[in-house]
Amino acid sequence: MMSAIAAHFDILYSRCLDPSGRVVGALPDFARDGEYLTWLYRALVRARSFDAKAVALQRTGRLGTYASSLGQEAVSVGVVGAMRPEDVLVPSFREHGGQLLRGVTPLELFLYWGGDERGSDFAGPRQDFPVSVPVGSHAPHAVGVALALKLRREPRVAVCVFGDGASSKGDVAEALNIAGVWRLPVLFVITNNQWAISVPRARQSAAETLAQKAVAAGMSGEQVDGNDVLAMRAAAGAAIERARHGEGPSLLEALTYRLSDHTTSDDASRYRDDSEVTSRWQEEPVVRLRRYLTDTGHWTQQDEEHLLRETAVEIDAAASGYLATPAQGLKSIFDYTFAELPPELASQRDSMFANAKASQPSAETVSR
Amino acid sequence: MTEVSLVKAINLALARAMEEDQRVVVLGEDVGADGGVFRATECLLRRFGPERVLDTPLAEAAIAGISIGLAAQGFRPVAEIQFTGFIYPIIDQLANHAARLRTRTRGRLTCPMVVRSPTGGGIRAPEHHSESPEAMFAHIPGLRVIVPSSPKRAYGLLLAAIRSPDPAVFLEPTRLYRAAREDVSDDGLDVPLDRCFVEREGSDVTLVAWGAMVGEALKAADTLALAGVRAEVIDVATLNPLDSETIITSVRKTGRCVVSHEAPLTGGFGAEIAARVGERALLSLLAPIERVTGYDTVIPLPRLEQHYFPNADRIADAARRTMAYA
Repeated sequence: MMSAIAAHFDILYSRCLDPSGRVVGALPDFARDGEYLTWLYRALVRARSFDAKAVALQRTGRLGTYASSLGQEAVSVGVVGAMRPEDVLVPSFREHGGQLLRGVTPLELFLYWGGDERGSDFAGPRQDFPVSVPVGSHAPHAVGVALALKLRREPRVAVCVFGDGASSKGDVAEALNIAGVWRLPVLFVITNNQWAISVPRARQSAAETLAQKAVAAGMSGEQVDGNDVLAMRAAAGAAIERARHGEGPSLLEALTYRLSDHTTSDDASRYRDDSEVTSRWQEEPVVRLRRYLTDTGHWTQQDEEHLLRETAVEIDAAASGYLATPAQGLKSIFDYTFAELPPELASQRDSMFANAKASQPSAETVSR
Repeated sequence: MTEVSLVKAINLALARAMEEDQRVVVLGEDVGADGGVFRATECLLRRFGPERVLDTPLAEAAIAGISIGLAAQGFRPVAEIQFTGFIYPIIDQLANHAARLRTRTRGRLTCPMVVRSPTGGGIRAPEHHSESPEAMFAHIPGLRVIVPSSPKRAYGLLLAAIRSPDPAVFLEPTRLYRAAREDVSDDGLDVPLDRCFVEREGSDVTLVAWGAMVGEALKAADTLALAGVRAEVIDVATLNPLDSETIITSVRKTGRCVVSHEAPLTGGFGAEIAARVGERALLSLLAPIERVTGYDTVIPLPRLEQHYFPNADRIADAARRTMAYA
């Protein structure tokens, strides 16, 4: 019997800044532009401010269950930073920072997490998908979007973000495989935040890296320090531009850490040592970039104070706007089921109106 | 006008839809060079090319999921799932995404897509090739469920489904693919969705069916007529949203109702129809509603399958019971 190597592969890992904000290796070209760097920094701070406000609203009974992105903001901010407006984002449910950067408004995000469907009727990025709660089930949608773009010969790219848990799912495997076969313009990003609710990365897959799942699908796969927004922006930019130029799909595994509970309904202390979280706080992305910007003279204490004030004003105004927005009329429950309301549904709707009126006899309070 | 089989009628409708609308693309397993395992997509690849007739890898969930992405981008995908036994993985995509994308985004993104799949048994097929899962789909709000009963209706309903702005599951009775033949004019005219069709008028008992059971109900009506029983036969055609009006009107007239489907009894769509008749035509009923269905068992392999399926005899027996009751 003879044997030989049938295939071999390497998974590259990239990082620009170490946790203390020191440069490791050559920086990407965009990093020469101080304004661009502060733009990325603002996006991180905006994400974190939104997050803090959302958690505060939930804790005071004014928002629904919320999935915080604390500690992993750099992943979606870096990825979206590399997208063009005409590209299409197909997110999971923890990409608030990236969604905000796409032009989804904080008010829309508050509405969605506050239980109002209008929060997914984005005024800005009209073709972006809403969040996907069933884990990984949206990966095939990105493939369909990418196929549409390719069939129309448009130089646009679909970008799909999901977590380490999703990487175990069959629909994700199917999506990666088909994107590879058809060489579609799509970037898949695994936000590996080390925890799928209570299941740690080591119990999710025996593979050395999640990035190597790309190899089985015949596409490029890389690991990136997901808490380093510069590295994220650089890796995503390269992958997106390859896709835009007909060079097919890519998979990035962004290594980050979920500093928060899974959602506001979760208590991570049941399954995770606080000491692990404490040490991971040393690597978080906001401080890392701020240190670099401060060290290189792009950012001052005044800039920081000004940004925090400005962001607080924006987020507070959005929260107030959300709280002041009345629920949509009752008929909206039925209005979007089909393009036209079938007679059967019309009679169910009428009985709902009657029930609402019976329980709230003051007719004005029942908004149709 | 030429006499064609049901599968040919499907093929004609697909070609017509692709001809009239560049946004229509066909995708699925073996739909290209092979023309589909039942030949429903025959010649489409040659005629419309590989960008509009896409052979996919073997991945049902992704076929549905990709269709959602295409539809949200303005295409009109028509996906084929090779057999209903392989359709279960896509329920996630249909229930969680396709059927609610319009609602979730308040109309910003919509999902005009059709999933076609052969349904039912009676062709001595292997395991997992004979199921009738229509009730599972009919339970999903926002998803249209269509089951044609003849070549003409298949042609018109499929065109209507493809032209519709909403997602639909289109279940094609396997046993009718070649057995049912009918003159079909390839005129591009669709058949209205969300409507039941009175196939035969009668005044004594209403026989309600869809798909392959419509033919059995018509045969039962012939048998009953020999004994002077005039049966009205209704083809439900679109299960969701259901046109209960046509069924209720008929039962108010006849006072008797027999519902038939191949799928198991419990939780079958016949239960929904019986419930609606009970709600809205109770005082017209002269006899209990009868359901003639498959049994609550695993569908048997071909050597015993004929004992599982409802047929004209069982439907006629049930109708006679309703006649004997009052």
